[in-house]
Amino acid sequence: MSLDRETVSRIAFLARIDVPDERLDALAGELDGIIAWVEQLSEVDTDNVEPMTRVGNRKMPMRDDVVTDGEIQADVTANAPESRDGFYLVPKVVE
Amino acid sequence: MTDILDLSLAGARDAMANGQFTSLELTDAYISQAEKARDLNIFITETFERARDDAKASDARREKGEVGLVEGIPLAIKDLFCTRGVLTTAASHILDGFKPTYESTVTANLWKHGGVMMGKTNLDEFAMGSSNMTSHYGGVRNPWKVDDRDLVPGGSSGGSASAVASHAALGATGTDTGGSIRQPASFCGIVGIKPTYGRCSRWGTVAFASSLDQAGPMTRTVRDAAIMLRAMAGHDPKDATSDERAIPDFEAAMTGDIRGLKIGIPKEYTLDGMPDEIAKLWAQGRQWLTDAGAECVDISLPHTKYALPAYYIVAPAEASSNLARYDGVRYGLRVEGDSLDEMYAKTRAAGFGDEVQRRVLIGTYVLSAGYYDAYYIKAQKVRALIARDFDAAFAKVDSILTPTAPNAAFGMGERMDDPIRMFLNDVFTVPANLAGNPGMSVPAGLSADGLPLGLQLLGRPFDEETLFRVGGVLEEAAAFTAKPSWLED
Repeated sequence: MSLDRETVSRIAFLARIDVPDERLDALAGELDGIIAWVEQLSEVDTDNVEPMTRVGNRKMPMRDDVVTDGEIQADVTANAPESRDGFYLVPKVVE
Repeated sequence: MTDILDLSLAGARDAMANGQFTSLELTDAYISQAEKARDLNIFITETFERARDDAKASDARREKGEVGLVEGIPLAIKDLFCTRGVLTTAASHILDGFKPTYESTVTANLWKHGGVMMGKTNLDEFAMGSSNMTSHYGGVRNPWKVDDRDLVPGGSSGGSASAVASHAALGATGTDTGGSIRQPASFCGIVGIKPTYGRCSRWGTVAFASSLDQAGPMTRTVRDAAIMLRAMAGHDPKDATSDERAIPDFEAAMTGDIRGLKIGIPKEYTLDGMPDEIAKLWAQGRQWLTDAGAECVDISLPHTKYALPAYYIVAPAEASSNLARYDGVRYGLRVEGDSLDEMYAKTRAAGFGDEVQRRVLIGTYVLSAGYYDAYYIKAQKVRALIARDFDAAFAKVDSILTPTAPNAAFGMGERMDDPIRMFLNDVFTVPANLAGNPGMSVPAGLSADGLPLGLQLLGRPFDEETLFRVGGVLEEAAAFTAKPSWLED
C-alpha cells in the first residue's frame, strides 16, 4: 500500500488540517517513506500475542461516581479565543 | 563564574541548611547566570520576579523550620507542564497566549517541596523531536561546542538540558516519550531519568502520547536526580495511570555498593555502523561496573530492532487523538473560516509546525478505517513482545547497561531533511518507553571531538532504587568533570 495524493488529502480532512494542493505530493512522499519503514513490523510473528493495552499489570482504579469539582465556568472559558456569557463562540453551524 | 553556581543541588541544599547562604542569594546568582545565558535561547518564558518571590517565601519557611526536599532550589520547568497564570506553550504556535488556570501535579509537588521557579524552558513542538529544532520559538543552543558549529542540545527537553548544563538552573523537569529526557541529558553532559510509567502523575502536562509520556528530573548529578524525583513523584487520583505505591527515599538507595548485582549487556544494542567511540565507552562502562564488584552478563532482547517502527505507529496514533483538542475554540490560536470545519482546518494548519502535522497525519492514517488492525494493533502486539523481552531479561539481571544515544550532539539544522535518520537518535531509549521500564542517562565520557556521551541504565518497573544505586557507582567511576566551553568563556 502506498500513500498517494488522494489518501493524504483524505486523512488531512479527517485530521482537520488544511493542506494546500501544492503540498500534497511532497507530503505524500514524506509520509509514504515513514509508512514503508514501519511496515518492517510485518516480519514479526505476532500470532497468539495479545496487543498491549496498558503498561504494567495494574487494574484500572475505580472511584465513587460523584462530582469532584465544578462551578469553574469562568476558568474553563478563560482561554477561549472567543466566548460570551460563559459559552464558547464558534462559526454558525446550523442554517 | 562564582562558586555558588558550582554547587550541585545536594550541595546547595546542605549549604542552605548550614546557613551559608539564603535561597534569595542563590536565586539571584542563578538569575544573573540565566541572563548571561540568553544567547542559548533556553527559556520561552522567564519568571525571574516570581523566582525572587519564591525564594523569599522559602527563606521565611526555613526560618520557621519548614524545609521541603527542594527547598529554595532554583528549578527550570519544561514548557509542557501547565503552570497556573504563567504562559504555557508546548513550543507551539497553536497555544499562543495560553495561561492555564490550574497547576500540573508534578510542578505543584515541586512547589510544595519548596522549589523556586526560574521559568519555562524551550522544547521541540509538543515534545516531538530529538533536536529542539521543531520549536516555534527557535532552536536551543547546546553550551558544548568544539568548532564553529552551534550544536543542538538534543530533544525534546533541550531547553531543560541546556539550562542545567549552562548553570542557568540547578535542576529542570523534562518529559520522556521516546528518549526526550535521556538523549538531551547525554548530549549536554548531565543526568536524566525517565522513571517507571506511572511514577509521576501526567495530570496537567500537555499530552503527546499518553501511554508513553513520563516526567522526570534533569540534573548535574545522580544524587540531585534522586532528590528531585522524590519531590516530583507520587500517587495522584487525577491520573488513573498514576501508581499508588509509596515513593522510596531514592537518595538513601545510593549505597555505593553494587557487589553481587547482575548487569545485562544486550547484544542487540550493537548497531551496524555505530561509531567506535560509542562502542568503546560502552565497553568501558561494563569494565567500571565489573571493577566495582558487579557481574556483567550477556543478554538478548530479541525484538529491539522493531521498537522504533512500533513507536512510530503508537506515538503518532496517540498524538493524533490527543492533539484533536487544539481546535481554535477552547484555547490558543484561532484562524477564522466560513464554517466550523474550515475554521478548524485553517487554525490547525497555521498553528502546527511541519513535524507535528506529519505525525498527526501518520497517526490519523494508521487509525483510519481499514488500517487500524494492520498498523496500530500490529504495533501494540510487537510492543507486548518488547515488554516480554524485558521481563525475561530482568528475571536474570538487576539492571541493563547500554549507550544512551548512537552519537554525540550534532549541528543545528543538520538531519532535518530526513525524518527517519532523526528518529534513529532514540533507538536505545524508545524500548523502555514502550515497556514502561525506568531508564537513566549518566554522563560517562567524551567523544573524540570532545563532546559528552552518556551511558544508559535500564531497570525493573518501580525499581528506580537500583538505577540510582548503580548510577551513583557509574558516575563515580566515570568521574566526568569536563565543562561545556560556554561556561569557560
